[in-house]
This record gives sequence, C-alpha cells and structure tokens, in this order.
Amino acid sequence: MVDELLFFMEVVVGGLLAGTMYSLVALGFVLIFKASATFNFSQGAMVFFSVLAFCGFMQDFNIPFVLAFILAALLMVVVGLCTERLVLRPLMNASEDTVLMATIGLGYVLEGLAQAAWGVEVRRLDLGIGDFPVPWIADNLKLFISALDIFAGLVAALMIIGLFLLFKFTKIGLGLRAVADDAGAASSIGIPLKHIMLLVWSAAGVVALVAGCMWGARAGVQFALVDLALKALPVLIIGGFSSIPGAIVGGLIIGATEKVLEVYIGPFFGGAIEGWAPYVLAIFFLLYRPEGLFGEKIIRRV
Amino acid sequence: MKPVFMTYTKKDLINLAVCMVLSVLVIPTFITTEYWYTSILIPWLCLALATIGQQVVMGYTGQLALGAAGFMAAGAFAMFNLILRVPDLGFVGSLIVSGLIAAAFGILFGLPSLKVRGIYLMVATLASQFFIIWMIDKFGWFKNYDSSGIITAQDIVILGKPFTTPLAMYFVCLAVTTVLTLLAMNMARGSTGRNWMAVRDMDIAAESMGVSLLKTKVQAFAISAFYCGVAGALFAFCYLKSLEPVAFDIKLSFKILFMCILGGLGTINGAFIGAAFILLFPVLLNSVGNNVFHGAIDATIISSIEQVIFGGLMIIFMIYEPLGMAKLWENIKQKISLKFQSSNVKDLKSSLSKKS
Repeated sequence: MVDELLFFMEVVVGGLLAGTMYSLVALGFVLIFKASATFNFSQGAMVFFSVLAFCGFMQDFNIPFVLAFILAALLMVVVGLCTERLVLRPLMNASEDTVLMATIGLGYVLEGLAQAAWGVEVRRLDLGIGDFPVPWIADNLKLFISALDIFAGLVAALMIIGLFLLFKFTKIGLGLRAVADDAGAASSIGIPLKHIMLLVWSAAGVVALVAGCMWGARAGVQFALVDLALKALPVLIIGGFSSIPGAIVGGLIIGATEKVLEVYIGPFFGGAIEGWAPYVLAIFFLLYRPEGLFGEKIIRRV
Repeated sequence: MKPVFMTYTKKDLINLAVCMVLSVLVIPTFITTEYWYTSILIPWLCLALATIGQQVVMGYTGQLALGAAGFMAAGAFAMFNLILRVPDLGFVGSLIVSGLIAAAFGILFGLPSLKVRGIYLMVATLASQFFIIWMIDKFGWFKNYDSSGIITAQDIVILGKPFTTPLAMYFVCLAVTTVLTLLAMNMARGSTGRNWMAVRDMDIAAESMGVSLLKTKVQAFAISAFYCGVAGALFAFCYLKSLEPVAFDIKLSFKILFMCILGGLGTINGAFIGAAFILLFPVLLNSVGNNVFHGAIDATIISSIEQVIFGGLMIIFMIYEPLGMAKLWENIKQKISLKFQSSNVKDLKSSLSKKS
C-alpha cells in the first residue's frame, strides 16, 4: 500500500516537474499575447531556433557557455526586432486570424533558418546537471526525481517571479499592460508601441532560449522540440492566454494529468496516450471554461 | 426542393470544357514519362482534394482547423479495411464509405467549434490529428495485425478491371477529383455555401438572420472531413501505395494548411493552385540545386531553404494579398481584360472620329 502511494506520489511529482517545462514554453506565448493580443504560433520554432543557435555557438565556434548564452539571447533580440519590423508592423490593423497565420509562416522561416545554419542532426546539450534521480531525495523520501526536473522547476519559478515583478512594479510593466489593454489608447498617450513590442518579443525570445535549454538537455536539441512546444497550447487553454500564473498552473495540471493517465490508464490502450491526452483535456476545459482558469473573460463585440 | 445543381454560365462551361480537354486529352498524349504521373499529377490531385476539404472549413466557414491529415489517415485506413473485410463494396463504394467514416470523425471533432473559435479551435482540432494517428497506430485491428508498420495497399479494381498503371491511376484520381470539385463548387455557390460564408463573416449576425450555427458548422466539418477522407484514401492507394500512420503526421496537416492559405482562402481554384505550388516548388528548387550548383548544396540545406521560402511567402501574402494566389491570378486576368477593353474603346473612338 505504502509502496503504491509512494509510486503514485512519484508519478505526480515527476509529472508536475515535467509540467514546468511546458510552462516555460507557455510563458513565451503568454508574454506576447499579453502585450499585443497576438497569438504567436512561432514560439515553438523560437525555442528550437534559440537553443540550436546556442548549441551552434558552443560546439561549432567553441565559445564558452556563458558567452554563447548571451550571444544566443542577443540573437533572439535581433529576431524580435526583425519580427516587429517585418511582420507585426505591416499587420498592425489586420485581423487576429491573419496575424496568427503570419506567425505560422514566421515559425517556418525560423525552423528553416536554424536548420540551414546549424544542420539537422540531433545535438547534445550538457548543462552540467544530469537527468537522473537525485540520490539524497531517493534515499530519504524514497522518491526518484530527476535533478534536471528540479532545476527546471527552480528556473521556471525564478523567471515567473522576475516577470511578475516586471509587470507589476516597473514603468515598463505598466506600459506593457496598457498596450495589452488597448494599443490605440496607449499609443495616443505617448507609450512607445514599437519599443514595447520589441521588448516583449525579445523577452519571449529569451524565455524561449531558457525553455529550449531545459528541453534540449533532456531530449537532445532536435526538430522534435517544435512538436513538443505544441503541447504548450493545451497548457495555455487551461491556464488562460493572458495569465502568467495561468501558464504555470496549466503546465502543472497538464504535466501531472498526462503522467498519471499514462501510467494508470495508458497500459489498457497500449500506451503513448501522452501524445493526445493533453489536447482532449484542453477540449473539456474549453467546453466549460473557454477563457481558462486565470484568463480574462472573452468578450466579443458584434 | 432546393435545386441540387446550380445553373452554369457560359464562362463556367467553357472553363470546364478547357480543363477536361487538357486533363483527359492533352496531358495523356503529351506526357508519357511515368515520373510525371506518379510523383506530380497524382499527388497533386489528391492533395488538391484535401485542400478543398480544408477550404470548406477554413476558407468558407472561417474556422481555423489544423487536422486535415488526421482525417486523411482515417479515410485511408477505412479504405484499407473496407476492401479487406467488405470486398463486395467495390472500390467506389469503399471510397464513399471511407469518406463517410472520416466525416463521422469530422463531426465529432468539429463539435468544439460551436463553443470556440480561432486558436482555441485549432488546439481542439489538433486533438483529432494526434488521436486518430495514435488510434490507428495502437490498435492492431486497423492495420490487420501487420507488425511491420507499413502495409501495402491493395490494387485498385473497378468493375473487375485492374487500375494499376500510373496512367490508369491518374484517371481514377482525375474522375474522383472532378466529381467532388464540381460538387464543392455547387455547394459553395448554393445556399449551403452562402450559409458557410455568413457564419465566416459574422457568426452572430448569421445566427440572428436564421442561419443555424450548429447545422452549418457541423455540416462544414463533416463535408471537409469527407473530402479529406477520400483524398487520404486516394493518396494512400494511388500515390504512396502503402499505408503507414507516419505519412499522415502533423507536417502534412501544415502542408495542407499552407496550400489552402497560399492558394487563396475561400476559393476552389485556389486549392489547385496552392497544391501545385507547394508540390512543384521543392521539385524546382531541387533541380536548380542540381543543375546550377551541381550538387554543391546539401539536400538538407535545400529543404531548409524551401521551408524558409514557404514561411516567408506566407508572411508576404498575409501582408499584401491575404486572399492568396487565386486572387493574384484574378487580378492579372482583370488587368489583361481591362487592357483589351480600353484598346477596343480606343479603336471605337478613332473609328468614330474618322467617320465624323
């Protein structure tokens, strides 16, 4: 009995921690959605692009870890700059769906560029933290929890605190919230829309880089990261598109449910239900609470 | 009783005649290499059909859906099982029934569209994509307990006659595509299509004018999935000649989405233009890579460049011509006819002035 309970705990905790990895990806989506009410479908591609660039800098040019990270972050700022200038500004007054489709295109561009520049083979990324159970926890609590999971959880927590502080207590954060609420009104009182957009896209790029490092350390830096990032979508639906805490809670819910379902129900169906379970969960959420747990109520004017 | 077939204008009939002469007489007489049939014309017709399916739900009804490949897989594997287990149905019967099976999935996964739209709906339709592929992969029955993962498709036999040469298969695809395209055009022009477009342009307004949202949206999803299902069956039986769930992954869904958007949302001919472009462009790029650079550029780099160009085009079209290549083509036609008209007017004027 105790063993079973322990095993269940292990599954749940493992799922929760894995869920923070989804949260990290979802965070990037939320940032952009909050500031511009655009859904950035290319976030997954940004994750892939940034971490592949990071690996490329480190492995092809032998640039040290920290410098390579900074370079990759700068590259993401450049990507943000180009996106703002070339994609978002011309589409300023276009409908939501049009912008969404343009970001799908942007995702394709980024994926293609990354592969053209750094090749298609799977790269290993070593963060210096192994993906194996922490001995101390395994001995004392009898739970097998990966060190990488814990590290990812910590990083996610730090980023959320940082972003929360930024949004709540700084002038930039106030500007961001104003733009999100009504871009026209915000720009008419002198908030520089361009700078805000650039800032948000750069921040989303850096978040993508961090998320990419976590995923890359676990699964290798490869194209499959783009598909993994798609799982951030159900996370967003559950948490709400415009809420940073929502991204975290959504990620935790998806991570834990997915693992529990996989371990306890999966065997009856031959396993691998992880692939679609989050989406079906998201559908049920959509039917009852389309705005998500923390999202603002969707009001459409006729 | 609503009229099933719209009345056609003279222009429509001429267009149809030209297309038929081109595809039935000109292409088979002038194109004799098998490569053209097996690698370009057959997949083009199949994917164009799937793109019409995507058009119905996305271009006409305005619902962002991203699960075309899932429905194609449903159609393909339904076809395989029907031919295997119910041989009496025949090829055409199986094709129709497998389309209907895909349509059932379409209805099931289209239901969320009643509550949500935009990106939310996209996520709901992604569920269908992953679920259908998973289901086929995990339950051996669908694959007739074949352990290799790749099943060879049965030969196409219609009324006791085998259709196995590339040319014969091309005609099978052509016949199915022609019938379904004409049907789609009828639906799009008739009351069905008008309801779709009313829902697309403003669903609340449409509802207040008496258009049933439930009926219209579910109908659109069902018809869309039917088209995708039939296209998937043809794709597997005429083009791939094998069945494997991996062939219908999310990448194919994105490809069809691209064909739909680049071709032109809300147009039937856009589906054909878009499919042709997405299919032919990589071929062109590869031949440029081989002939101009003599293989100096790696194939993976070429495919990456192709991705960049597709993505870039998508952005450019969204910015400058959201209605896609079909609209571009329309504009060109209009300009040419305007030029002719204006020159006619000039002739008329000059002849008039001479007379006076």
